[in-house]
Amino acid sequence: MQHLWLIPVLPLLGFLLNGLFGRRLAKGAVTAIALGSVLLSFAWVVKTLVGLGALETAYIERYFTWFQSGDLRVGADLSVDRLTAVMLLVVTGVGSLIHIYAVGYMTHEGGYYRFFAYLNLFMFFMLVLVLGANFLLLFVGWEGVGLCSYLLIGFYFLKKSATDAGKKAFIVNRIGDFGFSLAMLLIVITFGSLDFGAVFPAAASKPESTLTLIGLLLLLGACGKSAQAPLYVWLPDAMEGPTPVSALIHAATMVTAGVYMVARSSAIYLHAHAAQEMVAYIGLGTAVFAATIGLAQNDIKKVFAYSTVSQLGYMFLGLGAGAFSAGIFHLVTHAFFKALLFLGAGSVIHALEGEQDLRHMGGLRTRIPVTFWTLACAWVAIAGIPPFAGFHSKDAILLAAHHHAPWMYWVGVLTAAMTAFYVSRAMFLAFFGEPRGHHHPHESPPVMTAPLAVLALLSLAGGFLDVPKFLEPLFPLSEGAHDFALVAISVVAGLAGIGLAALFYVVKPGLADAVANALGGLYTLVYNKYFVDELYDAAVVRPVETGSREALWKGVDAGLIDGAANGVASIARATGGLLRLIQSGNIRSYATWVVFGSILVLVAIGLVGGGAR
Amino acid sequence: MTGVPLSWYLILSALLFALGVAGFLFRRNIITVFMSIELMLNAVNLSFVAFSYQLKQVNGHIFTFFVMVVAAAEAAVGLAIILTVFKNRETLNVDEVNSLKN
Repeated sequence: MQHLWLIPVLPLLGFLLNGLFGRRLAKGAVTAIALGSVLLSFAWVVKTLVGLGALETAYIERYFTWFQSGDLRVGADLSVDRLTAVMLLVVTGVGSLIHIYAVGYMTHEGGYYRFFAYLNLFMFFMLVLVLGANFLLLFVGWEGVGLCSYLLIGFYFLKKSATDAGKKAFIVNRIGDFGFSLAMLLIVITFGSLDFGAVFPAAASKPESTLTLIGLLLLLGACGKSAQAPLYVWLPDAMEGPTPVSALIHAATMVTAGVYMVARSSAIYLHAHAAQEMVAYIGLGTAVFAATIGLAQNDIKKVFAYSTVSQLGYMFLGLGAGAFSAGIFHLVTHAFFKALLFLGAGSVIHALEGEQDLRHMGGLRTRIPVTFWTLACAWVAIAGIPPFAGFHSKDAILLAAHHHAPWMYWVGVLTAAMTAFYVSRAMFLAFFGEPRGHHHPHESPPVMTAPLAVLALLSLAGGFLDVPKFLEPLFPLSEGAHDFALVAISVVAGLAGIGLAALFYVVKPGLADAVANALGGLYTLVYNKYFVDELYDAAVVRPVETGSREALWKGVDAGLIDGAANGVASIARATGGLLRLIQSGNIRSYATWVVFGSILVLVAIGLVGGGAR
Repeated sequence: MTGVPLSWYLILSALLFALGVAGFLFRRNIITVFMSIELMLNAVNLSFVAFSYQLKQVNGHIFTFFVMVVAAAEAAVGLAIILTVFKNRETLNVDEVNSLKN
């Protein structure tokens, strides 16, 4: 026994301690509990993985039967295979770093213990999600991280925009979860089990149409959780949460749950060609779409948020192109450099006392050098400059895409160029040129910069972790050989993006505005995020709201239900009002009624032939 | 039973009862109304006794005694109420005794 259960339960203990007693505990104790539980969990992951050795096949621990219904048995089973191992290291490793960073970032904020309680709870659910050995346990973690996401987006609950964003995230995710639930029901019907170990080996023998439907429904779930079109709209708004939350939940870990789930279900997708094709289309579409929006955002966190959506699209492109290991590889490197980008952005925001608008930054390179240099590492990593992390994983995906369909490769390269451009734009606007705000920037404390440094190292060297090779027992490497020309083209695209951004924002600072003006309507369209939010508002939110108000509230509730209740009452009152007239107070009129009644009874008895036996 | 058939008794009983009802409905004097009630009770008594005699059973007699006892008690209470009403209202007209309503 490796006691896998300790891995998620440690953060759960942290949550319980901080959640129940955090208000009374000293700040140091809260910090110790929050950090300790996550670091111990990380240590236990490392110990477990060392103890499990090569891990050629899945290692499963069965604890107890959660419930049994007919032939369906769902157990509280945890399993570790190589895919889980990668996810465990990313979640606990990056999670620990972000926890450490958050100690510095949140130190002046109210609700310190509440924040860490939620963050630990998130770790618990995320670890359940990756460790679960059946779909239902995965779903428990899936829902749990959604809850924590909601709680943490709305952490500043006095701010209306924050609570609105939380609700938006929750509701949009619900749409995806609906698909996931249906997929699970279909799996139970088709396979008679929810265990990964029972479902996937049997997938080959099932009809393709059923598998396609399951795959599409799972994809709907993944689209919600991993912010893919058309359900991506919640992620940019989720930036209302504190920055460490954006880094941990909305960049590095939770949003990759959909990628993990699709990769986990690779056996189904490999036998459902149309569903897998759809994964590629959704991924590619989202990647391009979000990248174009990212080009014109002015909020530094929004830029990175759209970048996250776009990079997640990349991962889905990899999965859809059949290169599951490439998708997971990008998940890992993306966790490194995107967490770093967000934490760096947080450090910038912290230095500028809450300023998030790129137009009010500038010239920070010399003021906060540690933040700048660490962020620069993430910059080169995401732009795909060899030999840094993003280059390896992005190229793995692009090569797979080329092998799958060449046009997808070219769209991917275009996206890569845009990615390089918008990240460079953010960097140039924030760190180069003249200071444009009225701030006195100060470098962040070591507790924040140390995690930045570690992540910077990982962003630079993370590409040399050969994740696809490690995952080969699960996902056979695609045969697409390394084509030097294709690699060179994508690198040139990245460099071109950086160069263009340098031209626009450093060499000729006025040029960007001129181009924006020249593009006119197109720029307005992109700047306003293609009016997708407005579109959803008009197409979904308003009809639902109006329908609820006019039909359900005023029609059904006030009209039908209240009407029925009030109707019964008024009928009783009207009847009473009529009967009251009989009560004249005159004895002789009462007597008359008695006589009439008697006559009526006599007549009735006569009519039915009473008395006759 | 010789001579007088049962139907005659019953017709007499019905007539007496109808008279009682009419008196109850159309007279205003409380005493008269009260007497009408007694008339109705005795009309019923008559039919009880007639049936009892006809069927050679004692039940009707017993019932009649019960009715007479209750009627006597009722007369005592009723007359006491009428006296009190007259003391307070100085009237015996039932139409004016309606203070529960007004």
